[in-house]
Amino acid sequence: MMTKGHINKGAKNTYWGSIAEGIVSLWTGILLTLKHLFQALRFKREPIGVENKDYFSFDKGIVTLQYPHEAIPVPDNGRYRLHNEIDDCIVCDLCAKICPVNCIEIDAIKSTEEIGKTSDGSTKRIYAGTFDIDMAKCCYCGLCTTVCPTECLTMTKTYDYSELDIRNMVYHFTNLTPEQAEEKKKLYEEKQKEKAKPKSQEAAKPGVENTKEVGEKSSIKPAFKPTIKPPVSPPKSAEESNVKSEEISGTSESGEVKSEEKKVAKPVFKPVIKSPTSTPKPAEETGVKPEDKAGTLDSGEVKAEEKKAPKPVFKPVIKAPSSSPKPAEEGSEKPENTVEPSETGELKAEEKKTPKPIFKPVIKPPVPKAHQTGEEQADQENKENKAEEKNKGSEEPKSEEVKKPAKPIFKPVIKPKPKQEGEQGDQ
Amino acid sequence: MILIPVFLSIILVYTVFAVYAERKISGFIQDRYGPMEVGPYGILQTIADLIKLLIKEDIVPQSADRKLFIAAPAIIFSAIFAGYAVLPFAPGLEASRVSVGVFYLLAIISLDVIGLLMAGWGSNNKFSLYGAIRAVAQMISYEVPLSLSVLAVVMTCQSLDLQEISYQQSLWIGDYSKISDSNYLLGIESLGINITEVGGFLTWNIFRNPVLMLSFVVFFVASLAECNRAPFDIPEAESELVAGFHTEYTGFRFAILFLGEYAIMLLVSFLASILFLGSWNSPFPNMGFLRLADWTNGYPGTFSGIAWGTFWLISKAFSLIGLQMVIRWTYPRLRVDQLMFLCWKVLTPLALIIILISGFWRLMMN
Ligand code: SF4
Ligand code: SF4
Repeated sequence: MMTKGHINKGAKNTYWGSIAEGIVSLWTGILLTLKHLFQALRFKREPIGVENKDYFSFDKGIVTLQYPHEAIPVPDNGRYRLHNEIDDCIVCDLCAKICPVNCIEIDAIKSTEEIGKTSDGSTKRIYAGTFDIDMAKCCYCGLCTTVCPTECLTMTKTYDYSELDIRNMVYHFTNLTPEQAEEKKKLYEEKQKEKAKPKSQEAAKPGVENTKEVGEKSSIKPAFKPTIKPPVSPPKSAEESNVKSEEISGTSESGEVKSEEKKVAKPVFKPVIKSPTSTPKPAEETGVKPEDKAGTLDSGEVKAEEKKAPKPVFKPVIKAPSSSPKPAEEGSEKPENTVEPSETGELKAEEKKTPKPIFKPVIKPPVPKAHQTGEEQADQENKENKAEEKNKGSEEPKSEEVKKPAKPIFKPVIKPKPKQEGEQGDQ
Repeated sequence: MILIPVFLSIILVYTVFAVYAERKISGFIQDRYGPMEVGPYGILQTIADLIKLLIKEDIVPQSADRKLFIAAPAIIFSAIFAGYAVLPFAPGLEASRVSVGVFYLLAIISLDVIGLLMAGWGSNNKFSLYGAIRAVAQMISYEVPLSLSVLAVVMTCQSLDLQEISYQQSLWIGDYSKISDSNYLLGIESLGINITEVGGFLTWNIFRNPVLMLSFVVFFVASLAECNRAPFDIPEAESELVAGFHTEYTGFRFAILFLGEYAIMLLVSFLASILFLGSWNSPFPNMGFLRLADWTNGYPGTFSGIAWGTFWLISKAFSLIGLQMVIRWTYPRLRVDQLMFLCWKVLTPLALIIILISGFWRLMMN
């Protein structure tokens, strides 16, 4: 076989030179392709990874990898599909927080008791009502796996999991059915109520007065209270159903939703208390209701129900006591304190900072004179709070503290208890 | 008449597997597998493609010349298919034994050009028209060296009858040839070596007249151009003209064009085998007591004669097609100027010289 060296490159300028060069290059070319043709029949590349020492030894024959039938092994540090071993997950939410593309969605449901231990001995106290990872958004950075304290979140070697429907790329890791999750939530709420009872009972009487007053003045807020009260009066059931529906509708945001409801409720009472004697209630009520609706992220129906049902209930109660905002404050503060211990550190911090300030500002102004003004302020505050809540997924205590209206936002977490108090008071 | 459906089905089956073979060969040359998924080792891939092709919508462009557009594929394929009529597949087996078989074949293949031009012009598409113009320019040009190289064979065999040419290259030259009755080594009677009974490759035309080896090369190159095969595929030139003259064709019409393309490959390969490579004769000579030629040939008119004849002819034709495929996947497409240079300045003078030498060689034969 002649090589390029044998070809007189200048020859192509002559007739015979061109022909000779053409023949030689044609011959060279066909030998080359025939060599590949016959090598391809005999040799084949093996599907081995680069870590194999033979990786570079396949320099002849077919290089094709028939993918579905054979595949190069994935290196041990390959980062592909995520897997969460939910039994070892303590639902600390760290992975969701660090994810740069927010593709992990966790709905934490606090447990009334210790659920169990993970395989590394950590105590589990929170259920994962939702633990979804949207692998379509995931950028495979692996950050979530590095922060996971129990190392239950790992990246597997599975890389071939494309879907026809992108919604199928969302992987659900929770081991609770939606019904079970709902059940756990209720359980926790009831537990919280029980805990709150003793404290609320101490301040029960004053609290009752407050609540009554509040109910009279602002019908909107009462709506929430009713949920707690159900046992005492007929409206309760309606309220409860409302609350439940809200929770259901906001499954993913259930925690937030609840907190919002609670928040709304509290501010309502305080302002109400201060203006027991005024007649503007209906107007106020109407005004307040829209706000509530807007504020609560939930469906309009739920809100409407809340508003309607709660008002009648409260009104009777309200008229009696026209003073003593302080007890209400005390009552509200106490429940908050009780709540704190059971909640996570973050929650506690927020609660501590926010709860007290929230009540005080709202309550005190109204007491002195202008009920209307106080109510208006409260309404405004509520609105602002709601808006802020909506805007901020996670509230920053400091900023809220600075803005008095903002404070109500924090309360929500704490507030569940206040409702209980209200209920007790009613009872 | 009976042979028409036979040939037609042979062409269809051949096309299906030629497409498969082409994809496999191109794959192996490029260190790939080629089709692997449909059927064992992908053998049913072409059938799947064919089914897909047949259920595609049949589109006639609105601004196309409808009559020309529709008629073109039929003309192309029927012109090529008509060429099969005179091919001798085995001793005693041919559709039509016309005494001007070679002439008829070259003439009928030329009709192909008209079909291409109709397709290109009728499509009313610049790519199609460019492709058609190139095709016509190329095919008419290359018919000159093609015909000259065939002429050298005709001079050597003194006949235009393809079956006569086949018999002259066989063991039965004495019984069946009307022109000569014995073969001599290299065709030269004065050497005194009578190889009539030896047969095999020694009595092939390229050995009866060694100048025909060059003629065969000229014929083969010119036939590549005639088939529009790479490296002479500038009429189709995917990278420049989309698909050349059949850019606008879809579905069944495209399938017909495709069939015509592979049919003409097979036709010129048959022709090359018949004219140069011993037609339906075995390549093995009789050597002493090893009667290889006798064993691998059947007496004309018998079943074994037809079976061996068909086998050898088809084997030779397929080998040439394989070579065409390897060449296609080896050489880059020629520029138009290179194409014309090769045709008019290299192949045509060479073919003329071959004819001259063949004439002298013929004088030395019996
Ligand atoms: S790998 Fe990165 S992008 Fe994917 S879920 Fe984990 S943190 Fe988010
Ligand atoms: S970081 Fe780990 S333990 Fe915490 S929620 Fe995520 S997966 Fe569970």
